[in-house]
Amino acid sequence: MALLIKGGQVIDPGRYVGMGDVLIDGGKIAAVGRDLPASPGCDVIDARGLLVLPGLVDLHVHFREPGFEYKETIQSGSAAAVAGGFTTVCCMPNTNPINDNQAVTEFIVERGREAGLANVLPIGAITKRSEGKELAEIGDLHRSGCVAISDDGKPVMNSLVMRRAMEYALAFDLTVVDHCEDLNLAEGGCMNEGLVSTELGLPGIPAAAEDVMVARNLLLSELTGARLHLAHISTAGSVRMVREAKARGIRVTAEACPHHFTLTEAMVHGYNTHAKMNPPLRTGEDVRAIKDGLRDGTIDVIATDHAPHAAQEKQQDFTEAPFGIVGLETALPLTLGLVDEGVLSLEQAVTKLTSAPAAAFGLRKGTLAVGADADVTIVDRHAQWEVDPSRFRSKSRNTPFAGWKVKGLVKTTIVGGRVVYGSAP
Amino acid sequence: MGLKRKDLLGLASLSTDEIRLILDTADSFKEVTGREIKKVPALRGKTVVNLFFEPSTRTRTSFELAAKRLSADVINFSPSTSSVVKGETLLDTARNIEAMQADIIVLRHSSAGAADTLARGVKSSVINAGDGWHEHPTQALLDLYTIRQRGLEFKGLRVAVVGDVAHSRVARSNLYALTKLGAEVRLVGPATMMPSGVDRLGATVYHDMDEGLRGVHVIMMLRLQLERQGRALFPTIREYARLYGLTAERVELADPGAIVMHPGPINRGVEIAPDVADSLSSVILDQVANGVAVRMGVLYLMSEAG
Repeated sequence: MALLIKGGQVIDPGRYVGMGDVLIDGGKIAAVGRDLPASPGCDVIDARGLLVLPGLVDLHVHFREPGFEYKETIQSGSAAAVAGGFTTVCCMPNTNPINDNQAVTEFIVERGREAGLANVLPIGAITKRSEGKELAEIGDLHRSGCVAISDDGKPVMNSLVMRRAMEYALAFDLTVVDHCEDLNLAEGGCMNEGLVSTELGLPGIPAAAEDVMVARNLLLSELTGARLHLAHISTAGSVRMVREAKARGIRVTAEACPHHFTLTEAMVHGYNTHAKMNPPLRTGEDVRAIKDGLRDGTIDVIATDHAPHAAQEKQQDFTEAPFGIVGLETALPLTLGLVDEGVLSLEQAVTKLTSAPAAAFGLRKGTLAVGADADVTIVDRHAQWEVDPSRFRSKSRNTPFAGWKVKGLVKTTIVGGRVVYGSAP
Repeated sequence: MGLKRKDLLGLASLSTDEIRLILDTADSFKEVTGREIKKVPALRGKTVVNLFFEPSTRTRTSFELAAKRLSADVINFSPSTSSVVKGETLLDTARNIEAMQADIIVLRHSSAGAADTLARGVKSSVINAGDGWHEHPTQALLDLYTIRQRGLEFKGLRVAVVGDVAHSRVARSNLYALTKLGAEVRLVGPATMMPSGVDRLGATVYHDMDEGLRGVHVIMMLRLQLERQGRALFPTIREYARLYGLTAERVELADPGAIVMHPGPINRGVEIAPDVADSLSSVILDQVANGVAVRMGVLYLMSEAG
């Protein structure tokens, strides 16, 4: 069944930017251009006044299944994804059991297929049980569908193990993703170390805990030639080092999260557990550096680090509450906020949510190229709305953006040529 | 005239007028604690719950005595005897206590912010009796009371706080209150024990104790948590005592009338030499005695406000 999206402002980064139509046939993109004719029986979506984008790609989500289904399931997480305009999501392996073997990977892929909403792509563990000691069966993980490897929240502290992982991953051209945190420097910390942590008497995580590991990973990538992706960088130091590494030709990509370019550590005042995430919210100076990094291309990707937690977990006192916030249903408007602020052009913003993340993991996604999977997101760029967590599709409501007035509303999300969210023709 | 607030969570948010009101109220109760019959009916029919998640003898006893002298009914809850061990959250525990018509909950907890979390969740008044490294307002209030009792003015007062400031709620509460009242606060200790950015809160940091003590009117020693040696904060107790222990010679560097304070319990021979702890300049036992009067004042004002 063919579908024609007519009259929108198409932004296919690096390919087509301007008014045009997108024709979908057989679940693939059939054509992009002006005044495409509607074949008889073809469904038509009127996209006049709307943005027509490649489906958004999120390299960093936690869907909690298997093991923590009370926080999120692959079904509810996928529903949140498509509601936020994301058609492809990459699931971090810190489930229970950890995704360090083929069986768990296949389970996630199968659950994603059953949900039938977004493309759910697993990220495998680097080491067995993410203990940082022995390599997981990375070849098996790759073969069964993992698109990258990471020990995420349990970063590989042993530099030799990390070196070996990078070398081994070369055989499969798999990107190695690291959550950069020196666990000794960060130990016990629950927010950024600085004036606010001192005032609140909370144990801090210094920026250096991130910077030290960014430096190590860049050096190991240089040593091994591995493809390195730095998850959620949050400090001015990280941005500076990645910029320098890129200039020297190291194969590194970096991502930033909307909360790290929108909020500062001041948000923690009052012991607000919705401002508790890892890496923590940093200073205004760090936020400026992240924006500069996004602007000049040092930071390639915007990812959510969508980390759902149950209400009772976030209602604990600040030091006990778990790290993380949900992000899938707020990431697009917060990113468009950077366009309004003049930090990014609209095309740059779209790039960081589509083609750039796809390229970082070598996914054939994030594009409207003819023949590509027909994953499309249609957005009303100017629609204002208020963030109301009770309306989230996610099972969890842990967001610091409740009540925020934002701009940019997802109207329709299409995956594989099928409308999975919003208004259908 | 009372405090116009439901809770006493810390001194950072108190005005100087509120601080003075508490000290003045404590004054009137100080007289009660010297009587033959040390009891007034101010809180008769009210229930005060001591909810202590961290072991504490002196603070809990002091609050208990204060509440009893005000004729309140006092209940002591501690984790080992309550359901907290079964995974109940702080808020659930507190709501259960509240359901028993507690008027005032006195909370001691190992996590900074626990009192804030509790205060948001219950209608009872909450008094913070120490939350993690954050604040211990009644301790600082009794310190201020003791300073004032000695006839010292806060304006222009030079106070040295010596020891592990980073992990001390007593230091933070005193820092907030003393700077508000116009005192000069010096923080003395190695950089491993100084919290990041503390100089931006109006204090001056000294790594050399002799320099830090020169000319001060008040020497406030902090208790060294001996178990922190393994956390690379200091190499040995021996070296700590040599660099940051208060000796009679060091007291000589301070103003001639300087007083020596300590929130207790003291490590004799570590942060404070035995002869200094027992000397005339030491007001350590006055602090303990004043603690009851100050807490009576706080309980009274909170019950009036509620």
